[in-house]
Amino acid sequence: MKELVIISGKGGTGKTSITAGFASLARNAVLADCDVDAADLHLVLDPHPVKKTVFISGHEAGIMPDKCSDCGLCRTLCRFDAITMDSEGRHAINPFACEGCGVCVRFCPEQAIAFPERECGEWFISDTRNGTMVHARLGIAAENSGKLVSLVRKEARRIAEEQNAELILVDGPPGIGCPVIASITGADCIAAVTEPTLSGKHDLERLMTLARHFKIPVKVIVNKWDINQRLTAEIEKGAVASNAAVIGRVSYDRNITAAQIAGKSIIEFGPSTAADEIMKIWEKVCQKI
Amino acid sequence: MKIALTTSGNDMSAALDSRFGRAARFLMYDTDSDSFTVIDNAQNLNAPQGAGIQSARLVSDAGAEAVITGHCGPKAFQVLKQAGIAIYQTSAPTVQAALDLFKKNEMQELTDADVNSHWL
Amino acid sequence: MLMSTVTGCKPVKLALASGKGGTGKTTLSTALALSARGPVWLLDCDVEEPNCHIFIQPESQRTVPVPVPVPVIDDTKCTGCGACGEICQFNAIVPLGKKTLVFPELCHSCGGCARVCPSGAITEQDIIVGTLEISTRDHVTFVKGQLDVGRAMSGPVIKAVKQFASDDHVTVIDCPPGTSCPMIAAVSGVDFVLLVTEPTPFGLHDLRLAVETVRTLGLPFGVAINRSDAGDDRVETYCRDEDIAVMVRIPEDRRIAEAYSNGNVLTAAVPEYIPVLQRLIADIQDRVTGRQP
Repeated sequence: MKELVIISGKGGTGKTSITAGFASLARNAVLADCDVDAADLHLVLDPHPVKKTVFISGHEAGIMPDKCSDCGLCRTLCRFDAITMDSEGRHAINPFACEGCGVCVRFCPEQAIAFPERECGEWFISDTRNGTMVHARLGIAAENSGKLVSLVRKEARRIAEEQNAELILVDGPPGIGCPVIASITGADCIAAVTEPTLSGKHDLERLMTLARHFKIPVKVIVNKWDINQRLTAEIEKGAVASNAAVIGRVSYDRNITAAQIAGKSIIEFGPSTAADEIMKIWEKVCQKI
Repeated sequence: MKIALTTSGNDMSAALDSRFGRAARFLMYDTDSDSFTVIDNAQNLNAPQGAGIQSARLVSDAGAEAVITGHCGPKAFQVLKQAGIAIYQTSAPTVQAALDLFKKNEMQELTDADVNSHWL
Repeated sequence: MLMSTVTGCKPVKLALASGKGGTGKTTLSTALALSARGPVWLLDCDVEEPNCHIFIQPESQRTVPVPVPVPVIDDTKCTGCGACGEICQFNAIVPLGKKTLVFPELCHSCGGCARVCPSGAITEQDIIVGTLEISTRDHVTFVKGQLDVGRAMSGPVIKAVKQFASDDHVTVIDCPPGTSCPMIAAVSGVDFVLLVTEPTPFGLHDLRLAVETVRTLGLPFGVAINRSDAGDDRVETYCRDEDIAVMVRIPEDRRIAEAYSNGNVLTAAVPEYIPVLQRLIADIQDRVTGRQP
């Protein structure tokens, strides 16, 4: 069983559209959407949830008004500007700014601050027409440390083992921070979807540094490559120089958006240039893993 | 002495978990009495940060003098080392197989973390 | 349409955010800054992947490090009582009998351990987690925040960039994508949020998340639709149903795509947008000061 993670560094390069395409082509795969902050894969794969679990992470502080004497000590201690005082001198904690450090809780002279666990979102195990999918929804302003990402991957692996699946296909998050790190550690292969723009090139370079650090092979796919052929060539050259493989190019094809609007993957949508190119890329991916 | 082995299972025939920080369980084997108990590490599987640290504290509190695992990251390594716990690395597939190698002195002691931290 | 008096000087802190990445926040932020009349501040708060500098191409810069305090233990005073380990929610400080270990990379700089230590064994000392680069181009003062690769937390760097928001002039803030902590840190305290989206299912889905976020935060907002003719009308319908103002539409334009790909700012490639963006700023200034609903 192998795990393929599709990431992009920069957002908006077409990572999720291509992942949905791969999902249509894969036989016997378990899907995982690790872009928990702004998950989109479900819009194409139309999952029917079988199990839903609340995701709990860290704590948040809350002032109990009947115990609070409004001494204001908490406000002086809070390093995150999370404690407010209204015009009547009453104190309250802003849950979106609260870091969950517990300092106010510990030092409140009236023990007037509760510190319950924080519900940060939910995760799901669902059925789709392309197999079982594990996905999640992070709550507003929730910390995105990668913990929920790790959970989604762990569940996907467990299910893949149960089902004797050949592949875990992971739609990863944008960026290079904790959530991305959590989505790639221990993976067999990374497919990096980029676009021929200076921003895309810049972000891909940072991404490849990250992948090198974790010693995971990277296969680069340049999406919308014909928008700027010069940059495409530069990006591919840079990838090879960094010991990444260039696995294919996808042309700018309006069918990709049309497919998304129709709620289908580009492969399901019907014949198109992009579909052909993605199929060829998929064949190469299967050989290499 | 007590040895902590990382595992996903419940007994000596169980698979050895290759990762220390996010191991599902620790099998605590007592060489003096040739018996074992299993400690759950589920809390740490979900730790956003510092899973390795929490795991290290867990085995330290359980009285381990040695750890046998597949890979150990730098933070866990630091804590284990500070607690005076020796760390051994193996690719043996099961707890039993790992212990057999250990008893024959055919196991490599780690002098440093062998994998990178998850935060670079 | 009545044109309000464009003074360019009415202070307003305008954040550009989106649920989805790649919708055009940076494209629009840099174009707005260079279109604005009068002095303007541009703050790049996408500190993991800052890109504004590619388009602004600023002259001269000074670099300022971003420090955060982390605990340092005086071993001669530490009694191993374990109070620091108990209060820390992040596993950043680990008492182990005679010695207490610190993991600065996990520290959230809350100060709890130093405060709780009964022996005065903990002091806080700064480590550098990122940098600010402050530069100018024409009438734009540009502050780029960049998180050092390997650091986990964007918050402190974003807050450091936000310190430069001007109280006297227009400030444009390029935010990170998404709706989690980094985006919240970037939009907090601004006067207006412009949510940048595209007219596709992914665009609409993530726009809804972003709308929920700014509504929860109680921030006035409007929508900018980029590549406005490239999808369908679901975003327009949603905005109409939700009574959300669509403040600007930018149709798909190969010139804009090519300029972007080569790192050229939108206003250089399609200067006819400059008055459009100036009107947009004026529109937002009016909404913030209450002259228009």
